[in-house]
Amino acid sequence: MRRNQVAVVGAAETTELGIIPNMSQLQLHADAALNAIADAGLKLSDIDGFATAVETPQQVCHYLGIKPTWVDGTSVGGCSFMLHVRHAAAAIEAGLCKTELITHAESGKSMIGKLPRSTPADSLNGQFEAPYGVYGPPSMFPIPVLRFMKTYGITHEQLASVAVVQREWAAKNPRAMMKDPITVADVLNSRMIAYPFRLLQCCLVTDGGGALILTSADRARDFPRKPVYIMGTGESVETPMVSQMETFNSSRAFKTAGPLAFKEAGIAHKDVDHLMIYDAFAHLPLFGLGDLGFMPHEETGQFIADGNTRPGGKLPLNTNGGGLSYMHSGMYGMYALQESVRQMRGIAPAQVPNAKISVCHGVGGMFAASGTIVFTNER
Amino acid sequence: MAEPQRARPKPTPETQHFWDGTKAGELRLQRCDACAHVYFPPRPFCPSCASRKVSVFKASGKGFLYSYVINHRPAAPGFTPPYAIAVVELDEGPRMMSNIIDCPQTPEALELDMKLEVAFEALDDKITLPVFRPAKG
Repeated sequence: MRRNQVAVVGAAETTELGIIPNMSQLQLHADAALNAIADAGLKLSDIDGFATAVETPQQVCHYLGIKPTWVDGTSVGGCSFMLHVRHAAAAIEAGLCKTELITHAESGKSMIGKLPRSTPADSLNGQFEAPYGVYGPPSMFPIPVLRFMKTYGITHEQLASVAVVQREWAAKNPRAMMKDPITVADVLNSRMIAYPFRLLQCCLVTDGGGALILTSADRARDFPRKPVYIMGTGESVETPMVSQMETFNSSRAFKTAGPLAFKEAGIAHKDVDHLMIYDAFAHLPLFGLGDLGFMPHEETGQFIADGNTRPGGKLPLNTNGGGLSYMHSGMYGMYALQESVRQMRGIAPAQVPNAKISVCHGVGGMFAASGTIVFTNER
Repeated sequence: MAEPQRARPKPTPETQHFWDGTKAGELRLQRCDACAHVYFPPRPFCPSCASRKVSVFKASGKGFLYSYVINHRPAAPGFTPPYAIAVVELDEGPRMMSNIIDCPQTPEALELDMKLEVAFEALDDKITLPVFRPAKG
């Protein structure tokens, strides 16, 4: 795909984030979509391309009154929205649609109108993982951590520092769910969830949503907001069973999607001003920094513990506070994308001065899928 | 009211041989006749070379502890926390999720790379689960 041919011209989260007991999941989609439409200065009738995950496109399109000619229902977990951005860029470049709306919403906390998730007993997960007591992401996602720690000499304190640093960013974001400062000791003394991970190393569970609107870079100049260009993209999937990953020392999906996006963007790691790595749990930024090639995996824990990713550090990472402190509805990828767009527009609450290139890296399932988007504000 | 039970696997035509094996006290894997790749979970073709010529064989049941979590909360139905959810690497190469029995469910007792051997736990008259215990000697 050619770089900088498509741009984000509308971006918004739901009016409220956090605990939203007065809205169904479907209405959260609509709330985010209407906010993004207003942000872009468009009408719903201008939308001819649509993508969403978990909820079906027909459900959300009918509710909103959209009549699309391009539809993408890719649903690979929390990074689905990175894949939607990639597919939207391809579709717009190919002329299949002109203006695409991508929505995410999840009543993750209040559970109003939330679709049930189940693992059928005759699925592979149902036969070969569920009988051993896996029960939700906290019991599954951290399974690779002890092997990763042993292979690379990563310490519990380093993994705790991920949560500490992200809380520093969250403190600068008025919409973050958790803003009070925490220490490594606080993290290591918080309630045990699934050893080696404790409460403060696990993502929040909240309600919310977000929406993006993309169009061609040539049209983007006529929109009210500063365009944020799609510079590079990558995607992949590995396995829905965490036990069947090729290795616990890295993620094959990360190692495929990330480098694809860097190559397409034509950038080196030193060019990255701002970085988002989907942090459902505290080990993901370490996997991401290593698998995306920022540094050897061995160095990732110390890099974060040394403060390189905190406010004022040389590689600002998860500047909204991340899934650990900002919000996590269940599929966090949309919020990472929103923060990248805010940083590229120059309007983020914890704005990285003069940031020109933002890398936004997502995970789906338990390392099951991945999507990476490189954004820039310079064409 | 009945006690909540742990999730029970329901075999499919492609996995029936595996569950027949555990019921008979065997851990069965598959090997590709064309490229010799050994793989899991079961399927009637080789995920490495796509050959449909594959054989079922009895694995050694030996392996080592590749990684794990000790789950505290929320606990799955039928489990009393804390309990370890482990991934075992078999001597034949594939890995599988399992539980570790005859071993304290603590970080001190559960050492990565410790040698393990398969054991079988009957859930009912249809399904027997392969689990692992520290290898003797």
